[in-house]
Amino acid sequence: MRTVYCDHAATTRCHPEVARRVYEFLTETYGNPSSIHAVGRRARKGVEEARAQVAALLGAQPAEIFFTSGGTEAGNWALRGAMAANRAKGNHLIISPYEHHAVLDTARALEREGYEVTMLDVEPNTGIITPDALLAAMRPTTVLISIMAVNNEIGTVLDIAGLCAAAKEKDPSVIFHTDAVQAAGYIPLDVKALGVDLLSISSHKIYGPKGVGALYVRKGFRFAPGLTTGGGQERKMRAGTENVPGIVGFGLAAEIAARELERRAAHAREMRDLFLRGVLAIEGVKLNGVDPFAHPELRHPGNANVSVEGVEGEAMLLRLDMAGVYASSGSACTSGALEPSHVLLAVGCSRDAAQSSLRFSFGDENTAEDIEYAVEQFAKSVEFLRRLTAPR
Amino acid sequence: MAGRVLMAMSGGVDSSVAAALLVEQGYEVIGVTMNTWTDDIPEEIQMNQHSGCCSLAAVEDARSVAHKLGIPYYVMNFQGQFAGTVIDYFIQEYVRGRTPNPCIACNRYVKFSAFLEKARQLECDYVATGHYAVIGKDDRFPGRWLLGKSVDARKDQTYVLHNLTQDALAHTLFPIGGMEKSEVRALAAKYGFVTADKPDSQEICFVYDNDYGRFLKERVPEAIVPGPILNTRGEVIGQHKGLPLYTVGQRKGLGLTTPRPVYVTELDVERNAVIVGEDEETYRGGLIASDLNWIAITGLTFPRRCRAKIRRMAPEADCTIYPIGEDAVRVEFDRPQRAITPGQAVVFYDGNWVLGGGTIDRAVN
Repeated sequence: MRTVYCDHAATTRCHPEVARRVYEFLTETYGNPSSIHAVGRRARKGVEEARAQVAALLGAQPAEIFFTSGGTEAGNWALRGAMAANRAKGNHLIISPYEHHAVLDTARALEREGYEVTMLDVEPNTGIITPDALLAAMRPTTVLISIMAVNNEIGTVLDIAGLCAAAKEKDPSVIFHTDAVQAAGYIPLDVKALGVDLLSISSHKIYGPKGVGALYVRKGFRFAPGLTTGGGQERKMRAGTENVPGIVGFGLAAEIAARELERRAAHAREMRDLFLRGVLAIEGVKLNGVDPFAHPELRHPGNANVSVEGVEGEAMLLRLDMAGVYASSGSACTSGALEPSHVLLAVGCSRDAAQSSLRFSFGDENTAEDIEYAVEQFAKSVEFLRRLTAPR
Repeated sequence: MAGRVLMAMSGGVDSSVAAALLVEQGYEVIGVTMNTWTDDIPEEIQMNQHSGCCSLAAVEDARSVAHKLGIPYYVMNFQGQFAGTVIDYFIQEYVRGRTPNPCIACNRYVKFSAFLEKARQLECDYVATGHYAVIGKDDRFPGRWLLGKSVDARKDQTYVLHNLTQDALAHTLFPIGGMEKSEVRALAAKYGFVTADKPDSQEICFVYDNDYGRFLKERVPEAIVPGPILNTRGEVIGQHKGLPLYTVGQRKGLGLTTPRPVYVTELDVERNAVIVGEDEETYRGGLIASDLNWIAITGLTFPRRCRAKIRRMAPEADCTIYPIGEDAVRVEFDRPQRAITPGQAVVFYDGNWVLGGGTIDRAVN
């Protein structure tokens, strides 16, 4: 059976060069970067090279990059580190209502701990946030603003540079974090141009290994160390022996991502557009989010999100899985059961539409023949499920 | 190929073995755990191996069994259907002074309805569960799919399955219905399932601490209103804490000091009163039931002799059933029955086959 991987926003296949590098650091250069001997020093060299590679992808200084266990830890740390270090200024933070759960649930946890959280108003369907909406939410006590660069479900690209500039004009001391997990590798990211203070990214979304990510922390503002105490790694900001194989793999993946950004984005866009043209021709299939044909710059090039009228997303997804087409629904709860996407609900979708939404995210894995097969299977399933619910 | 089956896997020993048997018999099996409820369960209970059947730990157990069997496995969301047809019903019945059976509602509206619908969406020929019951045919009831008692009489679950329609029975498999529980446990151990030693599941899966009184107080505080406890002569002899917290036949927890033990004989919603009487006053000669489902027969047009069960654990009793209109029956027992409880099911048997069943409206003499 043909299999078509349309879930690049969930994770990607590790690039073969990256996999080789990970293997090398598991088996040959296995030293502890804190050790003084040669094999330790070589491991340390690998980690520092990776730091420079990740910094280069973001236009940052290597010393501003801190490795974490992934995007979730980076997002958690961004919120907690900023809030904890700036209690003197206030206890208020602002987030978008469709942040990834790494940010959303951390904000909720902070709320339970006594912090105040404001969720921004967003434009219906697209989720676009205007500078006015952000400025209206700011208070003198606002310590942190966290807005994702690209939404993971509907792919909306936010104008982080514009939002950050507006916020800082109003309050130069406000800290700005952006979750760039989905943006990295597809949208050019330059922390200086964006003007952000904190930015989180993840390795496995850019064809690197899982279990590693990074937080960019601009030099020169108050920010607290991470959650672990111990051996003083990552310049005393995050204790624990470095995940060396993961980090060096991430570094190489970041280097390749920087080099390949335009080609990857163009390929993903071609696949996505091909897919959308196919499925949107089916009656009752509706696009969620920004129309990429009208505003390609406002949507992640690989992201497609559609709802099928009168058909449950779960049934579609499982049928597609059985046919070898791997897609995803908005969000799955801890157990793996599908729940209505919080992102779609946040941008004003009905519960039914949110329950029937399907996300297809394209990337290097895909070919035009793949897309043809995926569209064909999609159409078959819609037809079958509709026939089933039609009055007998 | 014997066909494609959507197998409901709770993470427990019964459905695990059922899944294994289907795989051995050559079916193409897809394992599914039905995610039915998310109460605000304290975390330490969520993660407890022995908590309710849809906890995260149960999902992990079911997934591990599916991996062992090499079958695809999904968790499906039935929270909407379950809340609407099981939890709401459960609450409303108590508010009406009745004693619901949520497992019956779940089987009727979720497992053999919504779940069956999912099976059709995935082009499955059957759904299967780990219930103790059998499905078959018998020339005595031509043209009917029949529901019969399990080989293990103590585990028999036909009482909670009496609402299965002919369509559902035609598309359902009960792989362990022909086995004793001890055999099922032995097989689970043989297969090396993590679930082999798990205790049997608890009474009400969505009330994590089994304290349905607490659950009702949280969900419908306005329906828990203290009132009088009356004896059968209408004299006030005490105070109750709220009608939904009591059930017919109950003796404990009344807070009364009486010379002889007394039992709840009736819950009077209009007067918000609990009526109590002595043991012999809890016995009634018959009942009226409605909301019927017939299995072995297409309907009841003449009085019929059979045996009936008025509670999951009650013994079967000889009786005659008389039709009342289209969707109700009067049941006359040969011997009076104890604690006939409105809201519970009455299920009729002809030998090992289920004739049908319904919901008890009231006891009559």
